[in-house]
Amino acid sequence: MAAAKLRRFVLLGVLGLFILFLYGPTLTILVLSFQGPDGGLTFPMNGFSLHWFHRLFETQAVGDFGGSLTRSFLLATMVMAATVVVSLAAGMAFRRRFRGSGALFTLTVASLIIPSILVSLGVGLLFNALGLDPDWYSSAFGAQLTWTLPFGLLIMFAVFNRFNRSWEEAARDQGATPWQSFRHVVLPIIAPSVIGIALFGFTLSYDEFARTLLTAGSDNTLPLEIFGMTTSVTTPVLYALGTLTTLFSFVVILGSLVIVRLLAARRAM
Amino acid sequence: MARLKLVPFLQAAPLTLILVVFLLLPMGALIVVSFFDYDSVQIIPAFEFTNYTDALGSAVTWDTYLNTIRYTVIVWAVTTVLGFTVAYVLAFEIRSRTTQMVLFLICTVPFLTSNIIRMISWIPFLGREGLLNSTLIKLGLIHQPLEFLLFSDFAVVLAYTHLYTLFMVTPIFNSMMRIDRRLLEAALDGGAGWWRTLTSVIIPLSKSGIAIGSIFVVTMVMGDFITVRLMSGGQSASVGLMISNQISSLQYPAACANAVVLLAVVLLMIAAILRIVDIRKEL
Repeated sequence: MAAAKLRRFVLLGVLGLFILFLYGPTLTILVLSFQGPDGGLTFPMNGFSLHWFHRLFETQAVGDFGGSLTRSFLLATMVMAATVVVSLAAGMAFRRRFRGSGALFTLTVASLIIPSILVSLGVGLLFNALGLDPDWYSSAFGAQLTWTLPFGLLIMFAVFNRFNRSWEEAARDQGATPWQSFRHVVLPIIAPSVIGIALFGFTLSYDEFARTLLTAGSDNTLPLEIFGMTTSVTTPVLYALGTLTTLFSFVVILGSLVIVRLLAARRAM
Repeated sequence: MARLKLVPFLQAAPLTLILVVFLLLPMGALIVVSFFDYDSVQIIPAFEFTNYTDALGSAVTWDTYLNTIRYTVIVWAVTTVLGFTVAYVLAFEIRSRTTQMVLFLICTVPFLTSNIIRMISWIPFLGREGLLNSTLIKLGLIHQPLEFLLFSDFAVVLAYTHLYTLFMVTPIFNSMMRIDRRLLEAALDGGAGWWRTLTSVIIPLSKSGIAIGSIFVVTMVMGDFITVRLMSGGQSASVGLMISNQISSLQYPAACANAVVLLAVVLLMIAAILRIVDIRKEL
């Protein structure tokens, strides 16, 4: 029994250390982003200030922070909307076998495992061959979808594998059209997962780097801007940016969780 | 009835269209350009194997592949052991359902935050004057700061582990949650100890999760260039980095040939994983 207790203690310790390992570094840069004006990239803290956050919003201090943030936000919203609609539709299609469903599934999985830089390079070349200028809202948008759609579809699979079809049959027996049964029966039941897909679509796009690198054209998205800064900026302004984007991601994640909870609470009523 | 048969096609059409335009055609473009010729100012349409013979004939390419595969094997081993352990604790040691879900979320949320920021965040920790070095010096364990912590293979592997262990935890946790708990009781009743239950029941039944996690980790490490570039400080090479350097110097056909080779290698590795473990029942 003592051995079992010790084992449990050790295993829980591993989990605790793993969580510390996951979050520790991020917390370090969160603290360091409040360095005083004379502070450096490492400890000790040289005073405490919002100096580096102010610097972030002066255009000359770093590249085009405001512009890249706006572009990333718009792009993430577009990718989110497209990911939700397209994976929802495809998820409905895959509930039945149809000609080519196997091939489409293989293609979707391939989309997940082909290295990002190859997608980036390929899309860049394709646009070039077609005489189109790559832009964040066209080529980068499409390249990012090849990353978010497989996740969306896999979530849909997980949902429909556990879906009880008798609800739909009941709706049909009551004379509901396919659209009515989708709108009033299926959609409310799968709503939490749809929020999940939206969250994936938004955050994966917002943080995507490799697939955007060769497809964004002349205007940078935020991750490209941050990457540019890592080679040129040697002040805590980098940490201030890291803190802000991470906080933003957490707000988005928590927001989605709250919506999911509200949906669950409403259904329980 | 004919109309109903069309519905799945219409529903699947947007996905098909996007994947054809932004995945299939680009891969086609990659393959076509890999046979092109180029000089210092332009790429010239042609059909020749020079890019392949150049790539495969160069010792640098082979060294780069070996180094990338070395990273992949090390990171795969570390993330598998760590990811399996974390998934095990979440699935079997945490009894409360709510605590389990909260901890699972805590372990997966970083996946939805920026990889680059997560890499940068190691700098104040590992640097010459970083937390780890200054602590070790204060404790009197070392007198000189350890140089190998940042901008080294160690930093690269650490960052990969930090970024990709989640991809192991999630599918393995998923497999473990499907294991019928009565099997574990049966094993205990049959006299199997903890270790025997782990190796004879839990690990075999988690295989498909381990395989899915492995596919993610292997493909991401094999194709990565940004982690190697940031964390090795330009001192190590990887296939992805080699391709990205060729792109920067506008040697597109050479980059494409390397890309095609990389794609073939990655697909072979996945085929090998799928031969060992059948993951179809997970989908």
